[in-house]
Amino acid sequence: MDNVIRRRTPGARLARLALYAALLLAALFYLLPLAVMLITSMKPLDEISAGSLLALPQSPTLAPWAKAWGEACTGMRCEGVGGYFWNSFAIVIPAVAISTVIGALNGYALTKWRFRGSELLFALMLFGCFIPFQVVLLPMAQTLGWLGLSSSRAGLILVHVIFGIAFTTLFFRNFYVAVPTELVSAAKLDGAGFFRIFWRILLPVSAPIIVVSVIWQFTQIWNDFLFGVAFSAHDTQPVTVALNNLVNTSTGVREYNVDMAAAMIAALPTLVVYVLAGKYFVRGLTAGSVKG
Amino acid sequence: MTLSTSLRQEGRAASRRSSSGRLQDWLPRLVLAPSVAISLFFVYGFMLWTFILSLTSSRMLPSYDFIGFAQYGRLMENERWWVASTNLVIFGGLFVVICLVLGAFLAILLDQRIRREGTLRTIYLYPMALSFIVTGVVWKWLLNPGLGLQAMVRSWGFESFTFDWLIDPDMAVYTLVIAAVWQASGFVMALFLAGLRGIDDSIIKAAQLDGGSLPRIYWRVVIPCLRPVMFSAVMILAHIAIKSFDLVVALTGGGPGYASDLPATFMYTHAFTRAQVGLGSASAMLMLGGVLAILIPYLYSELRSRKHG
Repeated sequence: MDNVIRRRTPGARLARLALYAALLLAALFYLLPLAVMLITSMKPLDEISAGSLLALPQSPTLAPWAKAWGEACTGMRCEGVGGYFWNSFAIVIPAVAISTVIGALNGYALTKWRFRGSELLFALMLFGCFIPFQVVLLPMAQTLGWLGLSSSRAGLILVHVIFGIAFTTLFFRNFYVAVPTELVSAAKLDGAGFFRIFWRILLPVSAPIIVVSVIWQFTQIWNDFLFGVAFSAHDTQPVTVALNNLVNTSTGVREYNVDMAAAMIAALPTLVVYVLAGKYFVRGLTAGSVKG
Repeated sequence: MTLSTSLRQEGRAASRRSSSGRLQDWLPRLVLAPSVAISLFFVYGFMLWTFILSLTSSRMLPSYDFIGFAQYGRLMENERWWVASTNLVIFGGLFVVICLVLGAFLAILLDQRIRREGTLRTIYLYPMALSFIVTGVVWKWLLNPGLGLQAMVRSWGFESFTFDWLIDPDMAVYTLVIAAVWQASGFVMALFLAGLRGIDDSIIKAAQLDGGSLPRIYWRVVIPCLRPVMFSAVMILAHIAIKSFDLVVALTGGGPGYASDLPATFMYTHAFTRAQVGLGSASAMLMLGGVLAILIPYLYSELRSRKHG
């Protein structure tokens, strides 16, 4: 099999070597920033100014991590990013749960209970995936004010749910389209209702798409900066906003090791999700952005 | 609302069959109704609202004192807007092209029955899981002339090596390209790889029997098969480029001065920190126009190919 490429002539062997060299070089390019971030976050400050970017820490220390977590200044306050890290979770978890549930029900209604105009409604909602959010920022700020949700976590959750359901509906709709309708029709004849059919027939097969939707929403909302910076106050900021404030706080000596530790802290949850469930992550990326 | 009444009428028409079925016929519409209402208000309503704001003289707070298209006129005369728009063309163009070339190249290399393919794929793609803020912070550190890559290469003995794009007004926008390519090219690789795996092996085998060399087969046979994938990739990348906001904030802050501003940061700065709500709204509408200009041809060709295909 594949003998044309693998034939062991010296030329082919050389080509194979070049192939691996190119792939490794690319891997280095992608890994370098992460490696530098990790190395720098474990160096004392004097080693940073004296040594090279890639030099391993002579006396590795977790002090920058501790400082980034609990003491570093983000703007006016010096409490580290720890509190904001939990803020992000407090925003992300409800927003992901609510938007996934709504998306699942929408997708189910749109595929198994079609009615005249349902495709049009889907197209209408889908458009929400594509708009640049700058176009909703100002009205959103005012609406949140009217609702009494300005600068609150609840407000941010609402915003993320509103602009997330277009994606979750898309995921579940495209998934449920492929689920055979015969079963649903038979259940309808037997007199099973809307929620019963969903609970008994659709939900048991939905595990893969639930994972895709949860991962996609988790990554999107965790990594959000625009809504976070526009609609939060000091004590409700997500970790991305706090990280940016920390890096741009210009009091005293620039502590690059603390900056990098804070960046690692902000990056860890999504990295962990990616490493644990990369397959679903890729599926979400392609489904969320390719198919309309 | 007119929408809910029309839904109700449809529901009534459909449920004449049986009385027990009436509620069941209503339920799907009831379940969808909140989402549709949210979409109508928060997407379409807000777009209209922003458009209305762009026609007013609003500064610090929204006011409804209409001045026609004057804000758009101001925008056209605004030097900073032109810098931001030009930057978007440079950044977007390079970002899309480099990601495509690099992504396709890596995908083709990975498709040669590589050992440890899964590991390599994971490495190429992980930046996509990061926030653009994290990406910006890391690259800001790497590109910092005093302590980053420039200092490292100089310490290897190349004393005159210079790589200070981050603080060079003419070059700062290219640092955005580097960081954004680093983040998104692995994703393009994944798209292309999926596309390659979908190509029928027999096409390639046939071309090999005809005596084509491998690079030639890729160039003439395989890459043309990947056109739909490429099309989608361009769409997604262009979309990322237009929306790019966090990366600029974290990496260059739009600076030096406003040399690396993009429309997204221009809008935010004017609407939220410079008390120019009217002008900011006008720039947001132009951004929307930009997205639509890409989206409509895309959707059009998607629908057409589906009908024909």
